[in-house]
Formats: sequence, C-alpha cells, structure tokens
Amino acid sequence: MEVLARSLISAFPVISGVPLWAVTLLIMVVVAAILLVFFLTFGGLGSYVLRKVAGDIQVRIGPNRVGPYGILQFLADGAKLILKEDIIPAKADRFLFVLAPYLVFIGSFSAFVVVPFGVGLIAADLNIGVYYVMAVTSLVVIGILMAGWASNNKWALLGGMRAVAQIVSYEIPVAMALLPAVLIAGSLSLQDIVRSQGGLVGIFGWNLFHNPFTFFSFFLYLTAGQAETNQTPFDLPEAESELVSGYNVEYSGIRYAFFFLAEFGDMFVVAALASACFLGGWHVPFFRAEALPSLWGNLLSLGAFLAKAFGLVLVMMWVRWTLPRLRVDQLMRMSWKYLVPLTFVNLLGVSLWLLVFKGKGIPQLIASIFTG
Amino acid sequence: MKPNVPVEALHTQEMLINMGPQHPSTHGVLRVILRTDGEVVVNARPDVGYLHRGLEKIGERVTYAQFMPFTDRLDYLAAMNCNCAWAWAVENLAGIEVPERAEYIRVIVCELNRISSHLIAFGSFTADMGAFTPFLYSIREREKVNDLFEAACGNRLTYNYARVGGVSADLPQGFLEKTKEFLDYFEPKIDEYNNLISYNKIFVHRLANVAAISADNAVAYGLTGPNLRGSGVSFDLRRDEPYSVYPKLEFDVCVGTGERGVLGDCFDRYMVRINEMRQSVRILRQAVAQIPEGPVLAKVPRVFKPAAGEVYFRSECPRGETGFYIISDGTGNPSRLKIRAGSFVTMNIFETVTRGLMIADIVAVIGSFDIILPEIDR
Repeated sequence: MEVLARSLISAFPVISGVPLWAVTLLIMVVVAAILLVFFLTFGGLGSYVLRKVAGDIQVRIGPNRVGPYGILQFLADGAKLILKEDIIPAKADRFLFVLAPYLVFIGSFSAFVVVPFGVGLIAADLNIGVYYVMAVTSLVVIGILMAGWASNNKWALLGGMRAVAQIVSYEIPVAMALLPAVLIAGSLSLQDIVRSQGGLVGIFGWNLFHNPFTFFSFFLYLTAGQAETNQTPFDLPEAESELVSGYNVEYSGIRYAFFFLAEFGDMFVVAALASACFLGGWHVPFFRAEALPSLWGNLLSLGAFLAKAFGLVLVMMWVRWTLPRLRVDQLMRMSWKYLVPLTFVNLLGVSLWLLVFKGKGIPQLIASIFTG
Repeated sequence: MKPNVPVEALHTQEMLINMGPQHPSTHGVLRVILRTDGEVVVNARPDVGYLHRGLEKIGERVTYAQFMPFTDRLDYLAAMNCNCAWAWAVENLAGIEVPERAEYIRVIVCELNRISSHLIAFGSFTADMGAFTPFLYSIREREKVNDLFEAACGNRLTYNYARVGGVSADLPQGFLEKTKEFLDYFEPKIDEYNNLISYNKIFVHRLANVAAISADNAVAYGLTGPNLRGSGVSFDLRRDEPYSVYPKLEFDVCVGTGERGVLGDCFDRYMVRINEMRQSVRILRQAVAQIPEGPVLAKVPRVFKPAAGEVYFRSECPRGETGFYIISDGTGNPSRLKIRAGSFVTMNIFETVTRGLMIADIVAVIGSFDIILPEIDR
C-alpha cells in the first residue's frame, strides 16, 4: 500500500503536499470498497446463479421474472431484505443478537484481503496469507455460536452447536490439505504460492499435477471446504428439514442478509484458495500473463483467476444440489477418522516427495528427461 | 459467574424441544415432544390431534353417498384409494353389485394413485434427508398422474370419483392410451431414482440400521402396508384378502430384505415403496389390457337404506390398511362409523423405535413411516 502511495505521489505532483499516511489510508479505503462491491455483487449474482443452477438440476426454471432471465432477482431480494422489519425476539440477548451477524460478515469478508485476484491484484500480500485466512474465517464460528445462543431458540442453539463442532473439526483438514501447496512454494504468501506454479507450459505447472499427493490433496480440500462453508452434504448447522433453519432461524431482514452474504463469501474464499493453491491461481494456461504490459496482464490474470474460482463455485453448487445430508455423528466421524488422518498422511507424502525429488514435480521430472 | 466451580458440580440438562406442529419435516401438523440430551433423543412422544375434524361423527350425520367427498380428506395424497375403500365398504354392507368395468377403472385409478402417493413419500423423504432434487423429480412424475386424474374426474387432489355402485363417469377417450404412455415413461424413471439417490452412500448410511422394527414387533403394534412389509412380513390385502378384480391381476408383494442393514430399518421401508411402484406399473399394464366395455355405475338409489347389520371392510391403501367399520341400523346413514387409518396405528410404535436416536433420525423415521396427518387425526 505504501509503495503504491509513494508511486502515486510521485506520479501526481499535485498531491505531493498530502502526507504519505493519508494517501495510504485513502488507497486502503478504496481497495476495501472495491472488495466490498465485489463481495456484494458476488453474493447477489451468486445467489442468482445458485438458484438458476438449482433450477436446471431440479427440472424447473428458477427465477425468471425480474429483468431478462430473472437476472435482477438479486436486486429485488436485496431491496426486500433491507425493507423488511428487523425483528429481535423479546427474550433474545440483544447485544449478542445484534453483534453476531457482523462478526460472521467480518470473518468472511476479511479473508478477501489476501485473495490473489491477479498479477498485482491483491489487497495485501501478507507473508502469512494462508494462516491469516484460517484465522479470520474462524471468527465466523464465534458469530454463528453467538447467533445460536442469543436467539434464545432451541433450534438455533442446536444449529449453533453443530456449526461450532463442524467448523472447528473441519478447519484442521482444510489447513492440512492446503499445506502441501505451502511446502512446495516454501511460503505462506498466496502470491508466492501462485507464482510457484507458473514454471511449466500449459496446466502442468499447477500444484494439482505436481505429484499424486497434491492431486489427492485438492479433492480433500474441496471436501473439507464444502463442510467448512456449511453446504450440503454438510449443511447440518442450517439443516432445513431438521433444525427448521438452524442458527439464523430468528433473524430477518438485513441481519439475515449478512449471514446469507457471509455464506456466499465463504464459498468464494474456499474456491479462491483452491484455485490459488492447486489450480495455478491467476496463471493463464499456455500464456504468461506476467510478461504482458501491466494493465493487460492484470486483467487477463484476473479473468483467469475468476474463471477458475467460479468454476469451482459451480462444482460446489452442483454437489450441493445432488447429495443428501450426513448425520451429525457421521459428520464428526468423517472429519476425525477419515479426513484428518488422510490429510496428515498426504502432508507426510508431499514432504517425502519434496525431499526425495529435490522439490521437483512429476511434470518437471518428465521435462528434465527431455531437456537433458 | 462463580469462580472455581468443581467439575462434579457441573452437569448437563435434558432439553425439551417442540418439534412441530409447525416444522418442515413432520409432514403436516404433527407435534413431537422431544426430550434430548444434546443431539441424542431420550424420548420422542408424538402429540396428535391438531387436524381433528370429526370425520367419523360427520359420517353418522350424512348419507352413505354424501360421505364420499369426506373420504378425499382422509388421505389427500391417496384420495382415490380412500374413495374406493369407502365405496367397497358400503357395497359390502348393502350387497350392491358393481359392473366389471367400474371395478377395473377403480383398480386403475387406485394403482395410479398408489404410484403418485409413493412418489410423494419418496420425494419428501429424500427432501427430509437433505437432498431436495429428487423431490422435484417425483413432483414432475406426479403431475402426469394428476393430469390423468383431471381428465377422468376434473380434480387434481380431492377426486370424489368413486360412487357407491361404480364410478361417477366413464374414463374419457384416450385415457387408457395416455396411461400406457405414462407407464412407459415412468418405469425407467424408477431406475433413475435408484441411480440418483437410493443407493447413494450417504443416503444409505443415514437410513440403514436406523429404527429397525422386527417382524414380531411390527405385527404386535399393528403396522400395515409398506411399514409392515418393510419388516419382512409378506402381507398385502390385495393378495391375502382379495377384493375387486385384484385376483385377476398378477403382482408380487414386495417385502424388506435388510439389503443394506438389519431387516426392518428405514432403508427397507423406503425400498419397499420404490419396489411397489414397479409392481403398480405391472398391475396397471394388465388392467389397461384387460378392461372390458360396459356400464360403469350400477343402479343405486340416491338415498338407500341397507339392512341393519355391520361390516368391516379393509383395503390396501398406500399408507397401509384403511378400514371402514360401519354399523347400519336400517336408515339412510350409518349408525356408527369407525375409520381405521394406517398412519394413526403406525404412530403407536413411534415412541418405542425412536428412543436413543439422534434428532436427524427422528426426521428419517417420520419420513420412512410415510405418515399423513389428516389420516392420523381424521
């Protein structure tokens, strides 16, 4: 940010009188606003796509009334949610009840800070990027438990309890499944992880094809990520047919919208991390986006990254509308008895691979045969 | 908060939860009082009666013919079966001969209705299990059955089609061809359901070994229909106490086999319904081929007075045995009417089988029993 601010000041001598910290702050606000707009747009359009995909899968049409092909449905929904009466149950814990949606929203939104959208397009290239995402998305848990508890509703409480047990359990396999990418890049920074995948032609630089363990790791991550974002088959915290609506049952209007948006935000973060860590992030196959002039390179890499992330979001929706839901004990068993050990073994496998083959992946090994 | 609370002083409490009467998966206005220890259900007591309309009492105040529309409201997902069950019961009481074509028509609409009812059972069950897509698949097929019924009697839910002595109107032109078309379309769909969800690993895990009812228990608690057959008891009124033209039709009685868990678990009850749809298709194909020409309504006076006496007639409805016990005192309306409904009797065993299950299993059990509330509360 500060580097950007310095270059901005040197480029426009008019603002040279403005102190550096003010320009930096201004840039931060602008970046945050851009991210927020992206977040809201993704939440809105995502909900439209989700409903359209659901419609296609479920032999029905989906939203088709507001605007062409119903594309403006999300605006109508948003307006409705804003205008709706904001109900706080009489016996709710008012303070926690009001606070909870913000925590969930913040937890989900903060993760966007380190999402590597393109060559230079990252709000803050933290050197602890992956760790940071894991940390801030944990904030969601507190918000959800708060919502469940403060609602003073037994179904909401059960939903909150389930959510906490689930998200805490699945955070371990999620983190463990991401670690192979960290090991290969030798850095926790998401930009570094993406850069480490650009060495080879086409899609073979991707961590997905680095070695069998990373290939496996990708699917482990998607599975655990699906659980982390509370989607079917792991949508127990909001299991409509069991818990009525789960932790958000007492929420209405804009407060409900916060939960809703946070859910979509989480979905995007999981997809974004998966594409950054395994699918080459913003690398365009058979093309070097970094080599292009700055703006074009940025845009092209942004397009590649969003295409990959949205593709994964679509896969998650597809799974969501196909599978039934696990039971809570089966969910726990799946995490602790299968996913956690598997991800650990996987991590060990990747470490050994990197040790034995001096950090080279299968495609690189094959390439090295031909090149000498 | 008090500091230094010894661990022994900390304890958990059982939580009392009202599941229903407004709950997405109690299939209506069933209220289950759950006593839970965390996610584990200590006790689940069903509280029925929210939909009580006094159908039996109404039956004593109206004539035999006038009660027909009320049977629609007995089990609205299988109104044809209830219509016909009432017609058969009254005909048994009054000794009325029914034209053969009318009997065939009744069997055709009953089996079509059995398919559509089982479709809803299948669909809502999968929706309860968290998979919403199969539900809409089943609705897609049910629409076609409803179209057929609309052609036959003008209604899509409460048909009021049967009459004492036959059916209200002959089948419209092209009905049988349309039925054949539907059967050709529908039969492969059952495989589609099985591919999509029935043998899905998560689905099987959710249902297998859950709330198993032994054959002895099922008989002792008076379960009937698919719930009884799910426990491996081969008993079907269409075969074992034949009525109408069922003896002329060939079909198998589907029973649970315990293929994925123990005998009589939720999965078996679910599979029995899936397989019964196949058998209904088989029955329909024969009935459509065999149906003779002729009148569809016997000459029965509008108000007729059966001789004093009593009759109990039971027929195989999608949710088990629906029986009408009618006492006639020689007047135009029943002196006493008792309705035996499959779902109501099924609720007896609910508390026993759900002990110690998880909350999510309660939903599975309700779904696997395929209860319908108007039949429970009558």
